[in-house]
Amino acid sequence: MNDVSVHFEGVSKIYPHFTLDDLSLELPTGTIMGLIGANGAGKSTTIRILMGLVHQDRGLVHVLGREMPREQAAAKLDIGFVSEDMRLYGSATLAWHMNFVRSIYPQWDQPYAETLLRRFDLKPRQKIKGLSHGQRVKAALLLALARRPRLLVLDEPTTGLDPVARQEVLGELMAVLADEDRTILFSSHNTLDVEQISDQITFIDRGRIIASDNKEVFLDRWRRLRLVLSPEADLPSLPGVVEIGGSGRLPVLVTNRFDPAMVSACNDAGATVQAVDPMTLEEIFVVNVHSRREKQTV
Amino acid sequence: MHSDLVISQTDGRPMYLQIMEQIRQRIAVGDWEQGKEIPSIRQLAVSLRVSVITVKRAYMELERDGIIVTQQGKGSIVASDPKLGAKLYDQELDKHIDRVAQLGELLGLTPKELASRVREASDRLTKEYS
Repeated sequence: MNDVSVHFEGVSKIYPHFTLDDLSLELPTGTIMGLIGANGAGKSTTIRILMGLVHQDRGLVHVLGREMPREQAAAKLDIGFVSEDMRLYGSATLAWHMNFVRSIYPQWDQPYAETLLRRFDLKPRQKIKGLSHGQRVKAALLLALARRPRLLVLDEPTTGLDPVARQEVLGELMAVLADEDRTILFSSHNTLDVEQISDQITFIDRGRIIASDNKEVFLDRWRRLRLVLSPEADLPSLPGVVEIGGSGRLPVLVTNRFDPAMVSACNDAGATVQAVDPMTLEEIFVVNVHSRREKQTV
Repeated sequence: MHSDLVISQTDGRPMYLQIMEQIRQRIAVGDWEQGKEIPSIRQLAVSLRVSVITVKRAYMELERDGIIVTQQGKGSIVASDPKLGAKLYDQELDKHIDRVAQLGELLGLTPKELASRVREASDRLTKEYS
């Protein structure tokens, strides 16, 4: 048993108009990682390298203890992969697809597949081309889940789903994690989904990882402080300030190293702390991206 | 094991705090009995559809507060400390007293008047039970 299901070390991939630059990340077995990035940030390239679909120019990739892309055939037996552009055969039924996948993967779990049919409200006799977008995503997910893979890799699994389907999908992903030997990596630009179910969060922007940590650490350390400066006071210097906004005597700071002791330090320095706001993952992500991009252009 | 905890997305507090508070209440009202097993971290995470790490954090803090006991590989139980219930009721009482004080302020009652109202309520209760 490996403690780490996915390991990237110094991975780079150079395209004419895009570079994935020196990516390192580690996904412990039994956890969910959410990969958050804007469109074109490098999420899909990262996932394709992980799957051995794209070969990295530099760096080491290990998935379930297998070296990628060299041992991808062996690794893929244990990986379930669902992506947006996943092609199912339009003129075949879902039942046909289920039989097809079952014939390739010996671990196929038929009772579980049938449970998923009911939970996802899918009809096996229906042809793929007659399915809505949400039903197609659920069908693809069913085909991946019923193989009981040790690692699930999902590229934007909840994009374009209605609220009911989204909750069904998130619930099913959590159910997979009831077994602590299974691991999930999913990418999304919907930070709400990531915030709800992820253990680990990785922010990616312009081909680089800009932050990667466990979710509780993110939510604990990032705070927005609203201050009122007394006329003679200067803005106190605080650790981890990422952004300074607001105006003149009413500055608003964002820090990524919040500590409750900061509040009394500010008050002592003549800057009354009016409010300490927790931040959502979305706000954290946006501030993070802006501050990095500003540094790059300076 | 099914849990009936409810996590609110619009509640401004972090999810782990919401989980902690609801577990405390379950224990205070006796739904979760002392010394009895409670859902495992993973079970609760799955049923609430929140990440394992969030539930783990709530459990760790509850353990530090002496409210639950987690045994390696065996899951968690409600602590059997007999003062536990009293401690929880005490916190609950403080909350209500704060509320009473606020209402008293709103009605312009002096602390003395407020105290006598509390005494009256207490007397009524004693009569009911005698």
